[in-house]
Amino acid sequence: MPEMTYLEAIRQALWQEMKRDESVFLIGEDIGVYGGAFGLTHGMLDEFGPERVRETPISEATIVATAVGASLLGMRPVAEIMFMDFVLLALDQIANQAAKMRFMFGGRTSVPIVVRMPGGSGTGAASQHSQSLESILMHFPGLKVVNPSTPYDAKGLMLASIRDPNPVCFVEHKALYKTKGDVPEDDYIIPIGVAEVKRAGRDLTVVANNIMVMKTLNVAKRLAQDGIEIEVIDPRTLLPLDIETIINSVVKTGRLLVVHEACQTGGWAGEVIASVVGSPAFDYIDAPVRRLGGRDIPIPYNRGLEKFAVPQEADIENEIRALVGGAL
Amino acid sequence: MAKPKVKENIIQDDFNERVRRLGLSDETLIGLYRTMCTVRHFEYTADRLYAEGKVHGTMHLSAGQEAVAAGTRLALQTDDYLINHHRGHGHFIAKGADVNMMMAEFLGKDTGYNHGRGGSMHIADFQSNNLGANGIVGGGIPQAVGVGLALQMQRRKEICVCIFGDGASNEGVFHEAMNMASLWKLPVLYICENNKYGMSMDVERVVAKLPIAQRAEAYGIPWSTVDGNDVIAVYETMKNAAEHVRAGSGPYFVEAMTYRYFGHSKSDRNLYRPKEEIEDWKQNRDPIMRFTKCLLRSEILGEEQAREVNAQAEQVILKAVEYAEASPDPDISTLMEYVYA
Repeated sequence: MPEMTYLEAIRQALWQEMKRDESVFLIGEDIGVYGGAFGLTHGMLDEFGPERVRETPISEATIVATAVGASLLGMRPVAEIMFMDFVLLALDQIANQAAKMRFMFGGRTSVPIVVRMPGGSGTGAASQHSQSLESILMHFPGLKVVNPSTPYDAKGLMLASIRDPNPVCFVEHKALYKTKGDVPEDDYIIPIGVAEVKRAGRDLTVVANNIMVMKTLNVAKRLAQDGIEIEVIDPRTLLPLDIETIINSVVKTGRLLVVHEACQTGGWAGEVIASVVGSPAFDYIDAPVRRLGGRDIPIPYNRGLEKFAVPQEADIENEIRALVGGAL
Repeated sequence: MAKPKVKENIIQDDFNERVRRLGLSDETLIGLYRTMCTVRHFEYTADRLYAEGKVHGTMHLSAGQEAVAAGTRLALQTDDYLINHHRGHGHFIAKGADVNMMMAEFLGKDTGYNHGRGGSMHIADFQSNNLGANGIVGGGIPQAVGVGLALQMQRRKEICVCIFGDGASNEGVFHEAMNMASLWKLPVLYICENNKYGMSMDVERVVAKLPIAQRAEAYGIPWSTVDGNDVIAVYETMKNAAEHVRAGSGPYFVEAMTYRYFGHSKSDRNLYRPKEEIEDWKQNRDPIMRFTKCLLRSEILGEEQAREVNAQAEQVILKAVEYAEASPDPDISTLMEYVYA
């Protein structure tokens, strides 16, 4: 199985799907010769031409609206929002339009679009180019919010997203783009709405998304040397959220920590925790249920400040040790 | 660049010459009249149903603006796509929507176009390329870019007609969309239906430079204004505009000057405009009255026949009310349906 980066895996999914399905096209800012701000669509203009690699003015709302309109006529657009922060400029078209059209129109249409958006901090891009806004997008029924953490998941989820008849927000993390993993050349789907246990363990369940999955797995390896076995669950899709897999894990481990980079207040960890403690898993809980989110500040520029604005491996380790400490 | 304010041709001495030149048959003209009467009855009936307490939600009525809907539709092909705005009943009726399903939706019934999920503001009929109305002012304007792009990519001959109000022209997406539609020479006919007020705001208080249509010039889009209460003038203008768009020459922008009789929505007490102004438009500039006079004077229609067509239109709407009232509400057990495909 070839090894490739997270970025290459997403590109391969787009490439293969555009070869397979003529109705798929890309639309976004600087996605042609430049290849997009992160080079993800590099080479696609040469392969598919300017009609299907549609470069636009800096007009995020109309980029998404164009995808919406084209999808009503049978196209399968994949829109790129250069930085996830800019999705706020297009939120009317995502939340009031795409998410609601099927429902509002009595089920007589659907809006099969994908809106790609790289989020996350770690690149020194400061407050307006570093946010993790996935929790906001979970609040709009009708949307799906997909959030892969590995190259393998990224490819399979992108293929699933393009083929899904609903509007999908495909949330990438900039700091994952260069991470590598095994990715099959062939066509495969990771079903939307299915979490994965990335590491099995008995002592505590950690639910984490995108870059926090990698960090938590690193922590889990170290803790295993001390005899602490962590179960790491990657929801992979935040909306719909596979809460069953999480509940089953908590029933087994009796402890839960949720980790995300997004600001803690109003973050999706609260949703997970409320669902778990309100479920029959409550009877199995042996320790306080905790969340570890980003600090409630805008992302700062300075390297040191930026680092400590979001959970680090040491923070995750400390949380876990505190939660399992008394019991072991 | 400055064009004179649109001229009203109230007397219409040249009516016969115009309809002959445009090749409009008597049958077609009577059809226009019937459409306008149907819209008018739909709107006044909607208002009555609201007063009777039979309507749960809000509504935005287009009485007074019937000529824009009827004249525009006549200039288009059946398969052309429509993106409509919240004050959209007239355009839906003109496009041939089933008034029974419209009225049922208005009353929130399961037999309505949207199974009672949308109401007056979101009626759509995808089978007839009617892509729906939008509750967000200007929300459909950038979506028309996508419809136009798909038509262009699919090498199709249909065009997209996108209708919005004067208020929508101040939304940011208006400008994004004009730019992109023009850049890519998309087959979109943009129609600004200027009824003089965006809710309570007189267009002169919110648009820095009038007419609104001249904004198209900044984006390299040809434009014109038309007396929106003269159905023949609307038809002629839209026909020329649609030909331009269909020929692959890119978008065209028309601003149709008209006037709404009812308030913005059900909460409106008309505090922002004088009663005399409303009466002036109703008495002297009403689109149906003006057209009827022309048809009678040209003897295309006799007085009795005019009354008959109007009565038939009323019957169609009353039947729609009967249909809607006899229809079931959506079952509560279906509450969670239609969220995801």
